Amino acid sequence: MRRTMLYLPGNNPNMLTRGYLFGSDGLILDLEDAVAMSEKDTARILVQHFLKQGEFGDCEVTVRINGIDTEYWKDDLAAVVPFPALHGIRAPKVDDATTVKIIDEELSIIEDKNGIPVGQTKIFCLLETAKGIWNAYDIASASPRVAAIIPGGEDLTADLKTSRSYEGTELEWARRMMVFAARAAGVDPLDTVFPRVTDDAGLRKEMEFVKQLGFAGKSVIHPNQIPIIHDVFKPTELEITKALKIVEAAKDAARRGQGAVTVDGRMVDIPVVKRAEYTLIRAGLLEVK
Amino acid sequence: MAKNALGREIPDFIEGYGKTKLFQGAFALKPEEGYRAGGKIRCVDSTCTDKRVRDIKAAITASGLKSGMTVSFHHHLRNGDFVVNMVIDACAEMGIKNLTLFPTALFGVHKKLIEHIKSGVISRIMGSVNGPIGQLVSEGGMDVPVVLRSHGGRPRAVVSGDVHIDVAFIAAPTADQYGNICGTQGKSACGSLGYAFTDAQYADCVVAVTDNIQPYPAAPVSISQLSVDIVVEVPSIGDPAGIVSGTTQVTRDPLRLLIAKYASELIEASPYFKEGISFQTGAGGIPLAVTAFMREAMIKKGIKGSFGLGGITGYFVELLKEGLVERLMDVQSFDLEAVRSIGENPRHIEISADWYANPWNSGAAVNMLDVVILGATEVDTNFNANVNTEADGALLHGIGGHQDTAAGAKLTIIAQPLLRGRIPCVTDSVYSVTTPGEVIDAIVTEYGITINPRRKDLLDACSAVKGFPLVPMEELVSRAHKMSGPTDPVETEDRIIGVVEWRDGTVIDVVHKLKK
Repeated sequence: MRRTMLYLPGNNPNMLTRGYLFGSDGLILDLEDAVAMSEKDTARILVQHFLKQGEFGDCEVTVRINGIDTEYWKDDLAAVVPFPALHGIRAPKVDDATTVKIIDEELSIIEDKNGIPVGQTKIFCLLETAKGIWNAYDIASASPRVAAIIPGGEDLTADLKTSRSYEGTELEWARRMMVFAARAAGVDPLDTVFPRVTDDAGLRKEMEFVKQLGFAGKSVIHPNQIPIIHDVFKPTELEITKALKIVEAAKDAARRGQGAVTVDGRMVDIPVVKRAEYTLIRAGLLEVK
Repeated sequence: MAKNALGREIPDFIEGYGKTKLFQGAFALKPEEGYRAGGKIRCVDSTCTDKRVRDIKAAITASGLKSGMTVSFHHHLRNGDFVVNMVIDACAEMGIKNLTLFPTALFGVHKKLIEHIKSGVISRIMGSVNGPIGQLVSEGGMDVPVVLRSHGGRPRAVVSGDVHIDVAFIAAPTADQYGNICGTQGKSACGSLGYAFTDAQYADCVVAVTDNIQPYPAAPVSISQLSVDIVVEVPSIGDPAGIVSGTTQVTRDPLRLLIAKYASELIEASPYFKEGISFQTGAGGIPLAVTAFMREAMIKKGIKGSFGLGGITGYFVELLKEGLVERLMDVQSFDLEAVRSIGENPRHIEISADWYANPWNSGAAVNMLDVVILGATEVDTNFNANVNTEADGALLHGIGGHQDTAAGAKLTIIAQPLLRGRIPCVTDSVYSVTTPGEVIDAIVTEYGITINPRRKDLLDACSAVKGFPLVPMEELVSRAHKMSGPTDPVETEDRIIGVVEWRDGTVIDVVHKLKK
């Protein structure tokens, strides 16, 4: 599950130490925007140290590296990829499939050098320009490493020559595009951050909207946002009861060697079972496979 | 030198304190058969219809205060208080020396007393010494040790005759000329006057210091004309900005919210989370957030509480208005909402410190308490808590109701981050014990909930909850060690500068002078 991925500034040992305690599904140790130019090396060393020794609980751990248009990105990758605690990297400003391929190649070199199975490190792509959004499907399918695509917030609105509104009108099309491209490519669509950290009601409203669009989760910049997002993703009692029935019926059918079955007079096939399983995972009643 | 029940070395006699009684256990010592200390019999001239005198100096003269006597004050005006400084300044000008100061607490605003300590106007303090005065005492700035007592231990000491108050100066936000006073009205309103009641009853002379004279009889009345001997009007008894805060807000600090959430989960899993639950949560960031989480849980499960106790905030007032608690028992009103409520709502009751917490009366409110959330500067592997000294060994905080509520409540929770800066809050052995592990049931940190093994019932109840974040003490302390690294032990000299009494008057620990 990737309902919530919490950004932790790579130069803040306090946050890096305790970030996992807040119960997000994932963590993003940030070497990019949260870190001033003068602190890039410090943050890289600190993040490396934490990947080596830190605790992350059950979180999926990623590192946001600096963009491939900077001098830092190769050093960032070399510093973090060798550690087993790392699941993937979050790449900023991915405009096209070529960017993904460049990162993919560099990852393969590092993995090979460190005896890590090539292809293990996932890529989470941040699409922060109009061009990136336009190329969303190509990016999502550029490498089997791609695990998710995420639209940008501030950078994207700037590129669109508009500003961020309360309702998020300017991001609406990009968000729909993300869901279609991600689902078509078989990766997760994850939403951008909600910047107003004290506006709990606004976050809930936005989350309900993006969940309905089909997003699998959201990037998080404050721990207090996590329970609100998880709550939006929480299935209702009715959904859980229905899902339990479907999963049980499917198991029963499998035991009896049958394919499709009917539950409450409705045909239940594989996609329906998968959706029911996903409901139970979100309710904490089924382990992620 | 002997060891008390916690293994702390306590001398038989401490210079400036006297013969010690060793702490024997939280509930071990019972009072000897006998009678309460009596108050002085008064007789007022029946023609006297006005107890007012001209000014503070006239009040001091009329009270008969002389060098070597004991004067008491309450701390309801907190950091806005003008009265303590005003009275001691006047004593200094009048040549009175060698006073024993017996406040219910001192604050940063009382820093000015340092000059009076140095000049010998004040020779002894019985009460908490915070901030700069704490630092001065810790470095050996007073010849005799300060005596720290809890909110319940203090009235016990007065009622049982351990401490005799010669003159009580009571800051009164409202008074009439015949000595009826209350705290809910006037420009310096502070709400409850709970800490002043025992002093008013037992002092040889009671002086009400007010900045709001109302026609006789002033109403409502907290402390009546029966025990007030002198009334003095001054331009101002305090700064409202320092007396009460605005509406108290629940913290948004994610770490504190996480700890509060865990504490709330512990309460919900405990057998006390049921109809009629009573609780004390205080005004700190974590406790207030616990109240917010409990409110949600109570609404969700359809549970209503019986009463909220102790220091009352606007948040508790909301619970009262919503019907989530039936009564508030208020010994101290923390914010404007609480002050307003205690003045208007008959279900918001003003209680004395004696009523609140004295272990030696016919029943203190803390005995009826289900749950209390407390803090501590450090807790050790035996669950002993220290609230008096900081990591550097300096006296910085009073006991407050810590000992009393821990002893009374059925579930005592210490909730705090594992580290403050680089200083671990969980350690092998606390520097100084305030409250014994015997009465502390759980420690809640951002890493989860650590239950005192003594409470097997609680452990069983929590283990039954799926995914309950239990952390054994050994794991917690080893994590603290790992994160903080080694710390240098506090270096002290032999001289004792502080005596920490358990609420029954026995000595639970002593604090030594810091090496310079």
